[in-house]
Amino acid sequence: MSQAATSASPDDAPRRVIRLDGIHRTFEVGGEQVHALVDVDEEILAGEHVAIMGPSGSGKSTLLNILGCLDRPTAGTYELEGRSVDELSTRELTLVRRNQIGFVFQFFHLIPRLTATDNVELPMVFAGIPRAERKQRATEAIQAVGLTNRADHQPEQLSGGERQRIALARATIMRPAILLADEPTGNLDSKSSKDILDLLDGMSERGLTLLVVTHDPKVARRADRIIVLVDGRIAKRVSGDRISDVLEILAED
Amino acid sequence: MPASPQKNELGSLRWRDLLQFAGGSLRGHGLRTALSLLGVMIGVSAVVILTALGEGARRYVIEQFAGLGTNLVIVLPGKTETTGTIGIGGVPNDLTLDDALAIERQVRSVRKVAPVTAGTEEVSSGDRRRQMPILGTTRAYIEVRDLRMERGEFLPDEEMFRGGAELVLGNKAARELFGADDPIGTIIRVGDWRFRVIGVLAQQGTNLGINFDDVAIVPVRTGMRMLNRSSLFRVLAQVRAHSDLEIAKRSILDLITERHEEEDITILTQDAVVSTFSQILDTLTLVVGAIAAISLSVAGIGIMNVMLVSVSERTREIGLLKAIGASGPQILAAFLVEATFISAAGGLLGLAVGWSAVALLVQVYPALPASPPVWAVAAAFGLSVAVGTIFGFLPARRATRLDPVTALSRR
Repeated sequence: MSQAATSASPDDAPRRVIRLDGIHRTFEVGGEQVHALVDVDEEILAGEHVAIMGPSGSGKSTLLNILGCLDRPTAGTYELEGRSVDELSTRELTLVRRNQIGFVFQFFHLIPRLTATDNVELPMVFAGIPRAERKQRATEAIQAVGLTNRADHQPEQLSGGERQRIALARATIMRPAILLADEPTGNLDSKSSKDILDLLDGMSERGLTLLVVTHDPKVARRADRIIVLVDGRIAKRVSGDRISDVLEILAED
Repeated sequence: MPASPQKNELGSLRWRDLLQFAGGSLRGHGLRTALSLLGVMIGVSAVVILTALGEGARRYVIEQFAGLGTNLVIVLPGKTETTGTIGIGGVPNDLTLDDALAIERQVRSVRKVAPVTAGTEEVSSGDRRRQMPILGTTRAYIEVRDLRMERGEFLPDEEMFRGGAELVLGNKAARELFGADDPIGTIIRVGDWRFRVIGVLAQQGTNLGINFDDVAIVPVRTGMRMLNRSSLFRVLAQVRAHSDLEIAKRSILDLITERHEEEDITILTQDAVVSTFSQILDTLTLVVGAIAAISLSVAGIGIMNVMLVSVSERTREIGLLKAIGASGPQILAAFLVEATFISAAGGLLGLAVGWSAVALLVQVYPALPASPPVWAVAAAFGLSVAVGTIFGFLPARRATRLDPVTALSRR
């Protein structure tokens, strides 16, 4: 999959959601420069399902953090839905995270003292959405992940799979443009993993742009295409059904 | 499906949601919250109780003075005695019995006049002797100072210049000199002078600096001769009504100035004396309250500690809040509300505890009219809330500055 399709796409072509141009991210660790990302160019279209793979330390998480506006690139341009994120103020970045991006984490990050419903509601609370609307939307979202009967439970009363489903409901409650998932099944058994992946597939089919960082070939296989990072550079791009082509690179891990 | 950015502003977090969020987190660590609440509570109740005691002392003193009758004008010889300097005119004229008589006769708003001379002499009865304060005055004194007799009579009602040899003893003085015997009718010696005891005062305690339990009272004329005084110590004038006080002061000043051909007396009223004492005790209350307020700042440090622990325990939560679009100001607000809640709740509890303690104290010691002044209550509560907010600010700001990437990478 080449990145030829760029600026002058016709109106009927899929809309471009993400454009990365010459992204560098350098950290300073103990006085030494660590190049986490080196000259990353990438485009992601609306509704695409992309898996990001690579050995440990290859820059996957750094890329995800930059895509999620939690981190800023040292150099390069990041456009999200046609707008360059680099020049946005802290305040505007907060609004971008609130309204355009959803996060799912390996360790769920549910707030333990809140019920499932309250956790799902949380993004809407900070967005100032009225209580009645919040309740209704949260109830629907929890129903969509099949946990209506667990809505009033606290995270510790839920299984890992259930927790991740709640986290998924929370990540999509603001109807974001993109969903970023960092090893979403990394902490789950195979049955729960499958449930989560099915849910993600369903969301993708309904048009959500999905970026999943994973080690797991079973997860990556479901993606439309796979980006393989090695030492902070994009080493390879393959379609999801050609997962076997990249396993060799990953095996070095 | 791309969501259109919603028009919600950053500060859109609703108060009710904010309180609920903060409240939930405080319930999460009940013990820790309770302990820092306790710190604030002790601080606030200390302020309430201590200022109530100070205020009680002030009221007690004022009531004591009020018992003397507030319709009193006190005339002293010498100008500007209160500032401790004698006027440029040098030695003032004597304040004489004639002056006292003139006041009684010519100032219409004055009801009674009691001239007073004072000194110390050795009083002896048989082989018992005592050095004690001697007051020379007239019959009017018992009314003006509202004294009570235990037995016998006060000085006889006759004109000031007569100079009789009657003597009235203070309660303690009588016991020291006569033991269980009845002193009435006995002849005793004061210096080289002989007096007949005609009365004993009831126990009075100290008033306006004079201990009426340990005193001997003699007719003013005799007293002046015996103590070798040409000038009176004071003239006490009782006015007819409290509203006459200012007129009386003016008239007395004019009269004496005319008689002395210069203004060489000082006039005090009971009001002025009371207000001086009141000011002193107000200052005392303020100082005591301020000391108690120090404990509040200690409580503030407790809150800061709790909030710092809370922030470092909740790094993941703060990271998550950032990831889901909570702004810096919103996170700051959430943590500040927690700190302020601790201090406000602690403050309210402190007020309740302080008030209860004061109420109990008044039950046990009804003589002390202890009651916390309004300013102290308001200041204690206001300060406790301010302390919580100020000391909560640093941890809250630390929360907003957390790097979400690092925060979320932890398990």
